[in-house]
Order: sequence, then structure tokens, then C-alpha cells
Amino acid sequence: MSTAPLAMIEIRDVTKRFGRFTAVDRVNLTVRAGEFITLLGPSGCGKTTLLRLLAGFETPDEGQILLDGMEVSHLPPYRRNVNQVFQSYALFPHLTVRENVGFGLRMKNVPSADAGPRIRDALAMVSLDEMADRFPHQLSGGQRQRVALARAIVCRPKVLLLDEPLSALDAKLRHAMQLELKHLHKKLGLTFVFVTHDQEEALTMSDRIAVINRGQIEQLGDASEIYHKPRTAFAADFIGQANLLNVTVTGRNGTTARVRLDNGLELTVASAGLPAAAKSALVSIRPEKICISKQRMDSENVFAAHIEEEIFRGATDQLRLVTEQGTKLNALVANESAMQEAFHEGDRVWCGLHLDDVVIVQTD
Amino acid sequence: MSAVPAETELAPTDSRRPGWRAWALLAPMVLWLLAFVVVPTAILFVYSFCERDEVGGVIFTFTWENYHRVFDPVYLRIFGRSVYYAGLTTVICVVLGYPVAYYIARASAERRNQLLLLVMVPFWTSFLIRTYAWITILKQDGLLNGLLLSMNFITEPLGLLYTPTAVVIGLVYAYLPFMILPIYGSAEKLDNSLIEAAHDLGAGPVRAFSSVIVPLTMPGIAAGTLLVFVPAIGMFAITDLMGGAKVPMIGNVIQNQFLQARDWPFGAALGVIFMLMFAITYVILQSRGARHTA
Repeated sequence: MSTAPLAMIEIRDVTKRFGRFTAVDRVNLTVRAGEFITLLGPSGCGKTTLLRLLAGFETPDEGQILLDGMEVSHLPPYRRNVNQVFQSYALFPHLTVRENVGFGLRMKNVPSADAGPRIRDALAMVSLDEMADRFPHQLSGGQRQRVALARAIVCRPKVLLLDEPLSALDAKLRHAMQLELKHLHKKLGLTFVFVTHDQEEALTMSDRIAVINRGQIEQLGDASEIYHKPRTAFAADFIGQANLLNVTVTGRNGTTARVRLDNGLELTVASAGLPAAAKSALVSIRPEKICISKQRMDSENVFAAHIEEEIFRGATDQLRLVTEQGTKLNALVANESAMQEAFHEGDRVWCGLHLDDVVIVQTD
Repeated sequence: MSAVPAETELAPTDSRRPGWRAWALLAPMVLWLLAFVVVPTAILFVYSFCERDEVGGVIFTFTWENYHRVFDPVYLRIFGRSVYYAGLTTVICVVLGYPVAYYIARASAERRNQLLLLVMVPFWTSFLIRTYAWITILKQDGLLNGLLLSMNFITEPLGLLYTPTAVVIGLVYAYLPFMILPIYGSAEKLDNSLIEAAHDLGAGPVRAFSSVIVPLTMPGIAAGTLLVFVPAIGMFAITDLMGGAKVPMIGNVIQNQFLQARDWPFGAALGVIFMLMFAITYVILQSRGARHTA
């Protein structure tokens, strides 16, 4: 009775060890039916192991995995209604595109009168109708990726597992495939579990993101929550860029608090994230949240700085700021149109910072 | 990947043609093959159209007589028997060798080398000594009968030696490594994620094996088949020693023509037919293998 009707995947206290290394450490995660969830983390964090536990290639040492309400922790992969898109695509080199896509149906003894149209539909869905009689080695990387996708969805799994499926594609193709996958997710209404180490990919595609570090989920939330309200230093640092600064709490005033950086700069922050007993904290400031102008502006936090370095990045300029107190900060500004102020190395500027943009990620 | 650079960007085609340096390096091998393969084969071919004289010499004429004799039922039966025993040997080698090769290929890198060494250990001893060892094992008062008698499994010693069974045992023993090694070679290259993909798509162990693992290791099986079948069919030492010359195979017949019967032209004709048979088998295997690796 405890399972909510819409929970497609339930991971309960799952631990997986390889020898003395704990790859997945007491993870709990519930995924709703039809959700696009991304497991995001650096290599070796346990995200792929977690995916392999879902696929059935590994079995948990402790805990349970439920798929659509049924315990599957110890079921072999061929008895689970999930399919995976492999990082290397794992297309069968001795079979044509059509035979690759039809493989799962053949294994499930789907009659060929039924399988034919399903294979055709799946290939049409990834725009590969023309390639049905080719062998994998006759396809480009992007096309192979689509075959792998078609081969997985043709089986109509309850959950589609994607193990860094876009990592082997070049940047342009990757962006196109990101959108295509997102559309496919909407169209099919399947539950997607997507593994990546690319934070940008995670932010673009997911309904929710699980930030994984050292075998544990550090934070679970939607893209905006993860980006704007990182709860740990790791989450702040791994997703996007962050200025991480150690501060001491110097005073409180209702909903705000004053904190001081090690070298003297004082900032006003929202006190909500700061427990009453906290004496020091780690704060995260996103580079693009720092407002920069030649004129002094009106804001909760205003301080003077000079531009030590300017790095041209196309649409944006990355500025290395040094405050009067000597604090170094990264800032990101839109590359100015001719109408706007231009910033250059050596300029003295004013920096403004809204108190909500100083995010407390850790307290002592 | 998809955009193949124009031909002009490739190295000049001249550098791909073997220059005089390449020929200099290849010369010893080419000369060796000329002297000891090409020339003898040519002689064999010429002899096969000649006649023998009373003392076993060769009279240079042109006759199809030797080839007519090859198709005599007596020899066809021996050909058939040879194909049967060599075929049986090959099948047993695949059945015994495949699991071993697959297991070695899946073992850790360190263990793999140890196991491969074990496969090759028999080569450290002379082939004849190993065959005589089998005789001591299989003979009437040999090790196997002694063991079975002492354990009361049998009351009378089994007549194992000098039977077709003994010949096949000897052939399997001699050629098993030649099956294991090429299968190991292709099993080792097998990408584990392909097996996982098969399981993921609903294939249990048996179907994953038959529809993914076997087709992808087929080049190894084909190479092993060739390496076992060809020498097994022509083998005469094992058939002589362990078959007691009671089950002659084609190798024994050819050996006889050259050494005892002193009918070199007929022996040559048998040899040429034999070679043609392999050439045809090889071409068939190649064209089938090409489809998989294309």
C-alpha cells in the first residue's frame, strides 16, 4: 500500500560495493511515471552503476529496486521491462539496422506480422527509414545513435535508460539530439533515466536532476532549483560556474544577515538559509548574477572592484574582478552591443549583488 | 567520420606499393616458398599425369589414368572415411574447445596468460612422444584399463587401442589447441556491452549465445575448423600408431604410394585432388566469413 500509484521507479536504500569500493551508497530515489530524470555527476560518482542496477546488469548488495510497483532487485535484465541505450551504442555488427531494431521483438517472440510495422514505426521515429538494410559500420555516429534509440524504444519498455548516449557526438549534433530526445520523451510519454556528466545537457533536458557525488545523491530537484539553490558546495561547483567563498556571520537583522569574507568585504544575505547557531558558512555566487556598471547602483550589496582580466567567449565576456579588499570574483556579462557600456581590463567598476543571489551552501 | 577526405589528401599511392626495400625484406621468404612449396607442388602436378615403371621410377608421358584410379570405389571409401573422422574430430574439437576458449577470453588479463600457456604446454613435448603416451594409456594392459579394472567398473580390459575411437581420440588430442586459439582470438575481441545489449533486449543466456556470441565468434570457429580439419584429414602418424593401420585414412594411402608401393604418379594425383578439395573448402569458408566481417 505504501507505493504511490504514479511511482515508476523506487530505489530504496540501495548500496552496491565493488570489493572495498562503495559505488552506490544507501541511495533513495523515487521516479514518477513519464518523468525525465537525469543522474548527473563526475566520472566514478556511481551514476552509471545506479543505471546498471536499474537495467539488471548489477544486483544491489543492500536495499530494493521496484519497477512499477514490482520488486526487481534480483531479476536478470532479460526479465525486466526496461531497455537501455548504451554509451557505445552496442549495435550488433553482424545484423542490419532492421535486424538490430527487431532483435528485441525477436527475443520476445513477437510474430513477424506485428514486428514489421513496429520496426518501421521505430525507424521512422528516428528518421532512419532509408537505412534499414545497412550494417552499423555503414552509418555515421549520429545514425548509429538513432539506431540504438530505435532498438530500445521498439520494445515499448516502461523505462528507457540512457547511458551518456550523446557523449560520442560532436557539439552541434549533440545539441540537435538533445532536443530530439526531449521531443521523443514527450511523444512517447515514457519514463527516461538519463545519465550524464555534462551539466549543461542535464539542465537542458531534465524534469528533475539528481546530483550524484561519491555514491550518494547530493541534491534532487528541477533544473532551476539545482542551478539557483545549490544545497552543497559540490552541487554549486559542479553545475555551472560558482564563486565559492568562506564567510563569517557578523550580525542578524530579521530576514537578513550580515556576513564578512575572510579579507573584509561585507555582504547582506537572506537569513533563511542560515541556522541561528551558524557562525560561519560557505556561500555560492553565480558569475552572471554579479551586476556590473561604471555608475554606482542601488542594491543590497554594492562594492567597488577593478577588472583584472577579460576573456572573450563569444556571446559573453568573462571578467575576473578584484574587489578593493582583494577578493577575486568571476563575473559573466553579455557581450555588449554598441549601445551599452564596454568593460575592459583595468577598468574600475561598481558591482551589485541581490541578497537572494548569495546562496548559502554549507554552514558550521 | 562521415566526411571522407578527398583522395588527394592521402599519402601518394607510390608509397603503398612495395618498393625494392620491401622486396629485399621479403626475398628470403619468397625464395623459401618458391623452392619448397611452389616447385614441389609443380613437380607433384606434373607427376600426377605420368606413369610409373616396374622399379618405381617415373615415365614422363601424359595420361589421365591416375585420376581415373583416384575415383575407384576403394579410394573413394577411404576419402569418405577420412572426411568422416576428420569431420568428427573437428566437431569434437569445437564442442570441447569453445567453452575453454570462451572462458579464457573472459578471464582477467593475468589469468588469461596463464591459461593460454597451459593450452600450449603440450607443444613442448615431441608430437610422437605424446602419441606413444596415448598408446600406454589406451593399450590392453594400459593405464586406463588398469584404473577401470581396479575400480571394478569393468571385468575385462576394453579393446580401445587400434580402433577408430583411438584414432579420433588421438586426433582430437593433437589438434584441440588449434581450435582453442583462434576461437579465443575472436572471443577476446567480443565487446561485453554487446552481450549486455542482448540480455537487455530480452535474450536469455541461451539465445544471447546463439544469436550474438556465436555469430560474432564465427571467424574464430571457421579458422579453427580449417586448422583442425585440414591437417586431421591428411594425418598418417596417428592413424598408423593408434589405429594400427587397420583404419587407413587418405594420408596413409598417399604415404603408401610414395614409400611402399612406389607409385609416385598415383600418389601425386591423390595429393592434387586432396589439395583441390581444401582449396574449394577454403574458398567457401572465406566467402561465408566475408559476409560477417564486411
